[in-house]
Amino acid sequence: MAEERRQKHCSVVLPTESMKAMAESVGVGQLQEDSCVALSEEVSYRIKEIAQDALKFMHHGKRRKLTTSDIDNALKLKNVEPLYGFQSQEFIPFRFASGGGRELHFYEEKEADLSDIINTPLPRVPLDVSLKGNQSQYIYFLFFCIFFSNGIFNFYSVLVCSSPAHWLSIEGMQPAIPENPPPATKEQQKAESTEPLKVVKPGQEEEGTIQGKSQGTTTPDGKGKEKGLIRLKPRSTHELSVEQQLYYKEITEACVGSCEAKRAEALQSIATDPGLYQMLPRFSTFISEGVRVNVVQNNLALLIYLMRMVKALMDNPTLYLEKYLHELIPAVVTCIVSKQLCLRPDVDNHWALRDFAARLMAQSCKTFSTTTNNIQSRITKTFTKSWLDDKTQWTTRYGCIAGLAELGSDVIKTLIIPRLAVEGARIKAVMEGPVVSNIDKIGAEHVQSLLLKHCASVIAKLRPQPDNVDQYRTDYGYLGPMLCSHVMKARTQAALQAQQVNRTTLTITQPRPTLSVSQSGLSGSSGPRTPSIIKVPSSLTLMSPRPGTPSQPSPPATKYIVMATSAGAASTQQVITLSSSQSASPVTSTVPSATSTLQPLVKLESGSGAGLTASRPLQKYIVVSLPSSASSSLETKSSVLPTSISSSSLDGGMKLERSESPGASTQSPH
Amino acid sequence: MIALTGKNQSYVLVLYGLCFPLIHVAHAQFILKMAAVQGGMGDADIKTDIKTEPSADGFGNNNANDGRVLSASPGSSSSTGSNKQTAAVTPEDQQTLLAVLQFLKKNKLSESVEILRREAGLPENSLDPKANESAGAGSGGAAGIVDLEGGDASSLLSRVTGSSSAGAQAPTKGTFICGGKKDQPDVSVVLSAYSQQGDPTLYKVYYRDLKKFIETVLDCHRAELSQVFYPLFVHMYLELVYNNHESEAKAFFEKFSGDQECYYEEDLRILSGLTKKEHMRGNETLLDFRTSKFVLRISRDSYQLLKRHLQERQNNQIWNIIQEHLYIDIFDGMPRSKSQIDAMSGSLAGEAKREANKTKVYYGLLKEPEIELPLDDEDEEAENEEGKPKKKKPKKDSVGSKSKKQDPNAPSQNRIPLPELKDSDKLDKIMYMKEATKRIRLGPDNLPSVCFYTFLNAYQGLTAVDLTDDSSLIAGGFADSTVRVWSVTPKKLRKVKSAADLNLIDKESDDVLERIMDEKTASESKIMYGHSGPVYGISFSPDRNYLLSSSEDGTVRLWSLLTFTCLVAYKGHNYPVWDTQFSPYGYYFVSGGHDRVARLWATDHYQPLRIFSGHLADITCTRFHPNSNYVATGSSDRTIRLWDVLSGNCVRIFTGHKGPIHSLAFSPNGKFLASGATDGRVLLWDIGHGLMVGELKGHTDTIYSLRFSRDGEILASGSMDNTVRLWDAMKAFDDLETDDFTAATGHIHLQDNSQELLLGTYTTKSTPVIHLHFTRRNLLLAAGAFNP
Repeated sequence: MAEERRQKHCSVVLPTESMKAMAESVGVGQLQEDSCVALSEEVSYRIKEIAQDALKFMHHGKRRKLTTSDIDNALKLKNVEPLYGFQSQEFIPFRFASGGGRELHFYEEKEADLSDIINTPLPRVPLDVSLKGNQSQYIYFLFFCIFFSNGIFNFYSVLVCSSPAHWLSIEGMQPAIPENPPPATKEQQKAESTEPLKVVKPGQEEEGTIQGKSQGTTTPDGKGKEKGLIRLKPRSTHELSVEQQLYYKEITEACVGSCEAKRAEALQSIATDPGLYQMLPRFSTFISEGVRVNVVQNNLALLIYLMRMVKALMDNPTLYLEKYLHELIPAVVTCIVSKQLCLRPDVDNHWALRDFAARLMAQSCKTFSTTTNNIQSRITKTFTKSWLDDKTQWTTRYGCIAGLAELGSDVIKTLIIPRLAVEGARIKAVMEGPVVSNIDKIGAEHVQSLLLKHCASVIAKLRPQPDNVDQYRTDYGYLGPMLCSHVMKARTQAALQAQQVNRTTLTITQPRPTLSVSQSGLSGSSGPRTPSIIKVPSSLTLMSPRPGTPSQPSPPATKYIVMATSAGAASTQQVITLSSSQSASPVTSTVPSATSTLQPLVKLESGSGAGLTASRPLQKYIVVSLPSSASSSLETKSSVLPTSISSSSLDGGMKLERSESPGASTQSPH
Repeated sequence: MIALTGKNQSYVLVLYGLCFPLIHVAHAQFILKMAAVQGGMGDADIKTDIKTEPSADGFGNNNANDGRVLSASPGSSSSTGSNKQTAAVTPEDQQTLLAVLQFLKKNKLSESVEILRREAGLPENSLDPKANESAGAGSGGAAGIVDLEGGDASSLLSRVTGSSSAGAQAPTKGTFICGGKKDQPDVSVVLSAYSQQGDPTLYKVYYRDLKKFIETVLDCHRAELSQVFYPLFVHMYLELVYNNHESEAKAFFEKFSGDQECYYEEDLRILSGLTKKEHMRGNETLLDFRTSKFVLRISRDSYQLLKRHLQERQNNQIWNIIQEHLYIDIFDGMPRSKSQIDAMSGSLAGEAKREANKTKVYYGLLKEPEIELPLDDEDEEAENEEGKPKKKKPKKDSVGSKSKKQDPNAPSQNRIPLPELKDSDKLDKIMYMKEATKRIRLGPDNLPSVCFYTFLNAYQGLTAVDLTDDSSLIAGGFADSTVRVWSVTPKKLRKVKSAADLNLIDKESDDVLERIMDEKTASESKIMYGHSGPVYGISFSPDRNYLLSSSEDGTVRLWSLLTFTCLVAYKGHNYPVWDTQFSPYGYYFVSGGHDRVARLWATDHYQPLRIFSGHLADITCTRFHPNSNYVATGSSDRTIRLWDVLSGNCVRIFTGHKGPIHSLAFSPNGKFLASGATDGRVLLWDIGHGLMVGELKGHTDTIYSLRFSRDGEILASGSMDNTVRLWDAMKAFDDLETDDFTAATGHIHLQDNSQELLLGTYTTKSTPVIHLHFTRRNLLLAAGAFNP
């Protein structure tokens, strides 16, 4: 019969230990085993009964989620006092932790600073139920009745847009207005791109039926069956409505424009808006063309903006980009390996762009690589090929390595580590040999630090514990000693992190900065927050816009936290802690600045210069610098106080400076 | 945390205590409470004098007895358990007799049992003498259990004899006393059959034997005989549980639960939790399963086959169950196919008996009141400017409806008293006629437009929506106990002035109706507070002066839309009231809820006029027939019943849904009924013939709203899966009328044409559709709460 459909009806019974524990909690000690068993069976049965009743209330409440009030109501049915006071509607507030042979569930409670609470603006009052726009609705209704058969269609869809009571369908066709869902869901997009030849079965695809109807090609009922047989794959129309054209124009202008706030908004829209499917081809062409033009013109800023657009598109949960990879991947790869991306390669930080693009590449490999398109292996091959070429420039070399390294520790292990000796020799030649050009030297430096950064964590896992400098030298040549020290640091980092499990999860729960250039939000295979995220390059940026809280309807004041390190000693943990503490409390910025000892080696990539951003008075930069001597002490300190790192790290050696300089980027004396 | 566990613990202890008969006080109180609840119902029954007369029909019997069964009375429940021919014996006598029989049986005086039974004319087991023998043997085998219950049986005996010697007491009262004292005998009497059991380990063998047999019979019989599996399985399992063979019961369940049809999943889940005899008490689902017979329809050939097999194998265990707990509706003719059976099965108590759907139902529409024609003419004369052709149309329509006054299927105009039309009603009728002339003719090529009202910021709290017939007001019931009314037109909602201000008004003026309104209170929406639980049902009166709401707190409230205050709270349900609806003519309304009865009320009576009882589980939705003479109720026992408002009798039972029914809709001509359930299917029913006539598959989640277009061409369904679907109702019903009805047998051939009938699917972003409404011009309005 229907065996395969049936899941087991197992009778789950509560463990008797719980019975004992509960008995103890009300003062009944030494409950006998028999009573425990009997009790637990009885309790399990009653709980099931109540759960079944609660389901009834859920159904009648027209919900899909069972809430605590349903259970209260079910208890009331049984004449039992309900458990008032459990009103959390969304989630169970317990966190699980284990250790030392004990398992615990506990409330996760953050320490809240009283001054934070006092200073934060009041949250918006929860809105009342509403059914607004009634009057306008009625007017449209009248219009509708008068003009309807004339088929003045767009006119209506535009009119009705402003009213929350919207047209779900007009004469059987669903208008493309924001209130209606996008015509194709992500699953459909995916199915369409991966299985384009799949026969659309009548009955499973209502979408097709509607489209068929809407195009007026349908026949009355009599021919229903033939219709099912000859149905063709509907051709997707690329005509955009007026609203969509306007939207496209606004978004693209904002994305490459000068106003950072607008850009943030636009990118946010791209990353979250569900109805972009139809505009996807336009966006992808825009990006691809934009990269082509701006690489030639060496316009670093614009390239960064375009890459952020790519990121936003990839972040959008309703879009499936597979069909547009042929345009997007070349653009991204260009930004990774291009010989020159900026006008002044010795000063501008095009490295960050390469890093960012490499991460994008890795992400798209992970998401879209299939056995048929083989993206990952093709990309890997491309990178390796140009890396192995002797004539490759340092910039390209850097890009190739970055691209490979982002693909994960396996790639690092098989492709990069065996080449370390050769690469080391090449770097040595530049660093210690006769000065060829400053640019080459900088490039070599960057490659070196990149290699160290990515390889250290992998080697730390590969090699057994005693790290011998000489051994490293023989294995990896020129880079050996430096690698050795990095590996050791990585090990201590790993140990540290193991102790701070608690905090790690906390950082993850922080809203992720959407547009960070150098914070590795994408570190996939290398595990959560491994030291590989450390930014060793002497200049680096971290841009983290404040997570837009709903309580602030005004244009969000974008704030950057810029993390500076003197000798590449700062750990990411500090970076993250800082950013999280910042986003949680603006008050921390009152920490007095002590810039005298600082060596701010930070360069902020913001906009394309002071001139463009000068119009924005709200922009705030927070530059955090770390004296070289403080880094080690900080680490020890944080290991002592693992749970309250956010405060201790601020006290210990970390200096925070907040400058309200409008539009100015802090230049690093490089 | 600690508080939570503490609470749990104490709760557990209380519950656990309940299960020991030692704690008499709590127990007795509980039962008394139950009895009181049911007693109120019983009283009302008598007062309103609807349908307490024992009808020959088995379902009628159930109806009448249901209340008393619930009140845990031994006498009446045993009468339910016995065969229906015993209806001739008066309840008291029967009680006594049964108790005596019980006693004799317990003492193994089987001969005297036989004699007494023959004398009393009790036909129990007379069909099969073997069964009796085996029963005797069985009780011997289960001596331990018999001993356990011996005391109870004797105490029952003494009590029953005592009460009967006291003379002709009111039966209800007597049962209350009995129930209050103890309910141990209740279970034992109701389940007396369960105690006559054989070796628990043999159950598996029996069942497997039967399974093997059924799998080897001819194909044409197999599907029919397979119906036996589920009820047999449940009863055998319950027998095992009842006799404390826990491990065997579990093993039995695990082994065979997978074989059952997938639509019984819900019930099996409940069953799987039940592993102890103590659990069986107080579990309503089981009570129903035991007290009502599971109805199967089997062709004579198949039945003979089964009977022969069981007798050959001496498989008395199974034969007993079939005799006692199943009702086999035998018909002559071809056995039904699997799909035919599947279409009809799925309800809690099997299919409806054929005779249950034989009563004549006057499904025709009432004649439109006479006043309309002259008024209509006047009206048109008044606006003479309008074109002449337009004038013709309404006349034709009205004439069309007039010609139907000879409709043989319509009930007589005064079959139930209907309120007289007021002047305002007449005006409204005229408005209606005018709008109707502008109505768009719908069809597959001319689909209605859908306008969606989205409730924003409802935070999952919107539980019910209704729109007035003229689509001017929309009301929402919310989980926070509030009822809110919005005006959908520019006309704002105004309250009537206070009494002091009303005194100042010139009562003779023409616009007095306008003057009584307080301009200061004008607003787009009004909130009405009064309920103390989520509001699950809401309904506007046809004249837009009142609003009804039903709530978890057990009340139905009537609100005035002139003062926006509560006028009456109708109490009676005591448990959550899931749905309520005004009659299309106003004045009457119906409500149904967790207490498994639907009640018919009139707005000016604080007690119900009719109580419709018979459903085996919660009544989840209620609808009035367009002619107001019938009420349809859908239930979580997966049946739909149609009740006659005049007599209070159940006149139709529709089975076929596989999940609780959450929406019902009558076609505008009153001939058909559409129903939607949690299984995502819409079923169409022919009321006159009592047949299922269509199945519309497509939704993937519970259907919360169904509505026919004003002319009945289109059926719209709205569901939890965020879609509105439109179906070609015309075609669904037309196709069928060309079919020759096999009304006599009730066997239906459903063609799987959902796909052809589906005219459109419209997805919302993330808004479950919980209400649909066709305006008078056939614009479809949908409503739901945005649920991000």
